[in-house]
Amino acid sequence: MQETTLPAELHERVEELREEHLLLDPRPREEMNRMVLEAMEDVNREYIIVMTILGLVTAVTLFGAWGYLMSKGLGLAGIRRPIYWGLFIVSFVFWIGISHAGTFVSAILRVFKAEFRRPFTRAAELMTTFALAGAGLYPLIHLGRTWRFYWMIPYPNQRWLWPNFRSPLVWDFLAINTYLLGSTMYLFLPLIPDLAMARDKSKGWRKVLYTILSFGWRGTEEEWRHLQKAIQIFAWAIIPVMFSVHTIVSWDFAVAMKLGWHSTIFGPYFIVGAILSGISAVGFILYMIRISVKNMRYFIRPEHFDALGKLLLIISMGWAYFFFNEFLLEWYGGEHTVQEILRYYTTGDMAPVWWTMVICNILIPWLVLWNKNWRRKPWVMALMGIIVNIGMYAERYVIVVGALSRNRIPFDWGWYKPSLVEISIALGTFTLFFFLYGLASRLIPLIPVWEVEEGHHAHGLKRIGKGVVKTVAELE
Amino acid sequence: MAEMDPQHTKWVMVIDLDRCNGCGACVTACAMENNVAFTGEEENAYGRGMHWLRIVRYWVGEWPNVQVRFMPMLCQQCSNAPCEPVCPVFATMHSEAQELNIQVYNRCIGTRYCANNCPYIARTFNWFDYEWPEPLNFHLNPDVTVRRRGIMEKCTFCIQRIRAAEEEARMEGRPVRDGEVQPACAQACPTEAIVFGNWQDPNSKVRELAESQRGFRFLEELGTEPKVIYLSSQKHEF
Repeated sequence: MQETTLPAELHERVEELREEHLLLDPRPREEMNRMVLEAMEDVNREYIIVMTILGLVTAVTLFGAWGYLMSKGLGLAGIRRPIYWGLFIVSFVFWIGISHAGTFVSAILRVFKAEFRRPFTRAAELMTTFALAGAGLYPLIHLGRTWRFYWMIPYPNQRWLWPNFRSPLVWDFLAINTYLLGSTMYLFLPLIPDLAMARDKSKGWRKVLYTILSFGWRGTEEEWRHLQKAIQIFAWAIIPVMFSVHTIVSWDFAVAMKLGWHSTIFGPYFIVGAILSGISAVGFILYMIRISVKNMRYFIRPEHFDALGKLLLIISMGWAYFFFNEFLLEWYGGEHTVQEILRYYTTGDMAPVWWTMVICNILIPWLVLWNKNWRRKPWVMALMGIIVNIGMYAERYVIVVGALSRNRIPFDWGWYKPSLVEISIALGTFTLFFFLYGLASRLIPLIPVWEVEEGHHAHGLKRIGKGVVKTVAELE
Repeated sequence: MAEMDPQHTKWVMVIDLDRCNGCGACVTACAMENNVAFTGEEENAYGRGMHWLRIVRYWVGEWPNVQVRFMPMLCQQCSNAPCEPVCPVFATMHSEAQELNIQVYNRCIGTRYCANNCPYIARTFNWFDYEWPEPLNFHLNPDVTVRRRGIMEKCTFCIQRIRAAEEEARMEGRPVRDGEVQPACAQACPTEAIVFGNWQDPNSKVRELAESQRGFRFLEELGTEPKVIYLSSQKHEF
């Protein structure tokens, strides 16, 4: 639309719309390329200092503590009879949960053509991959004999023994591997055109790296058609895989003969919980990217935080629904041990954690997210990301540790206190996550430029009569 | 096992709670027989005791009219064991020959899922590599594996004694006699509260005791089909 022909009041309106919506605010492809590459090559002193600290902290708190744990024995963790699973499994479920939303945001929004996804699909997918990298460590860390972990892999071996396919842990192992491979490929496919763009515009070692990674992408019509097709297939296929992974993680608990775990609703309850923690984490990540990476204020705008906020509010309501269902029906059942477990959650030793969960997952999101002005503030959404994830960590703690603390033999009830080694490893995965993310932010384009450009082509403004309306064109 | 006995065996244990006085001799005997690690006072207090057999204690009534009830609790050798399907590496599995729930130490990678899934909390975990304090290190039973850190263990019904008796009987060409196999706990019990034997033998002592009116299986409603039968005149309390 030619702006010169516009009367003054319409001009103002157009400016307003452009400032609000990324897709209505097109910039030349060259400029966007430059902005993204600049962000990627911006390795300044602060970045190096932060990354060095993160790397060192990870090396000590995660890998150092893990090595110490392996050399001495699992007794260094605070777990004991009857609480055989502790912070490791809590962290495992937590990181699997975080890993969900990346794919959820990206794949679900892609197949339903939600346009606000365009600038941050990559940021979300990266979150999936690195959260899975963290989560994937825990099934190894928590083993009594980590050095024998490969006995869970089905391969012909000298022991003449397959893994036990009836065990949920084997399902877990297979599901997580499938998801890791699937989501990594799903991350990689839309990355190819951007890597090719980076290859064309960079020099030195980056040129070599991107030449290898972009698989000789030239951008012919044929290639685009294949790519679009592949992305479509993966976006659809990764959704059931994603659902299956967290359902299977919930089955680790739900199939057990353990009161407080043995619940038919755990599958969907865990999925909704995972999406809740993941979506809020996307908000936090976007905030971090916006404030710490160059040129990102153009790509990531309040409208995106607003959209995520709405999604988060709905998912929080969904979580509350499942939570209520689970709790109410267990309580109504009236089984003695279950009654004791619920008492232990709400008024016993577990009460501070349980109420943290309720407050962080229901109360605060509901009080904050109904308000558009708050949703649009990036720092509010970043804070929500932290709060909801504290709540979700608490939820997993209640389920894993709380339920194990109480059983059918009152003589063997127990309590649990995480040890320093456990806490150190749990914190170490956080620094590992941020370290990997930080590394990736300088190695691959964080913004899918071609997807944003596609959005620019699809969206426009049209003058009709005395007004300006937004127009959308179907691309496929 | 290829050369399975023509006479099928099903080992069961009967524990008479009316006779149990909670002395703990069985716990000690079990630890000696099975090389159960000594974890020390502090660790034990934190719930890291390795006892395969423990005396569960209940108080009945309000003070001052308090009575105490003891219940030796050990692996119930479930016929339908919850620990078995959850193990990813077949470390805990069913022995067809003895109808026992066995733990293969070499296979265990220490997921501890079996322990979480055991409604009897019967399993113990090797949190560290334990040393036996002098002079207990001279006491290790050569018939039983010494376990290292990171693996699960539990009551085996003294399978080494069962195997020894079976082999002797086979050499003499006769079935195992009733009372020939005695686990360490039964042997040590001063009140003879623990009786062990073959359920398939219709004249065995366990059969006679188990069919008494006082007999019950603990947490029977879970469908685990335990092979430990408790006898108590106040069985509603358990």
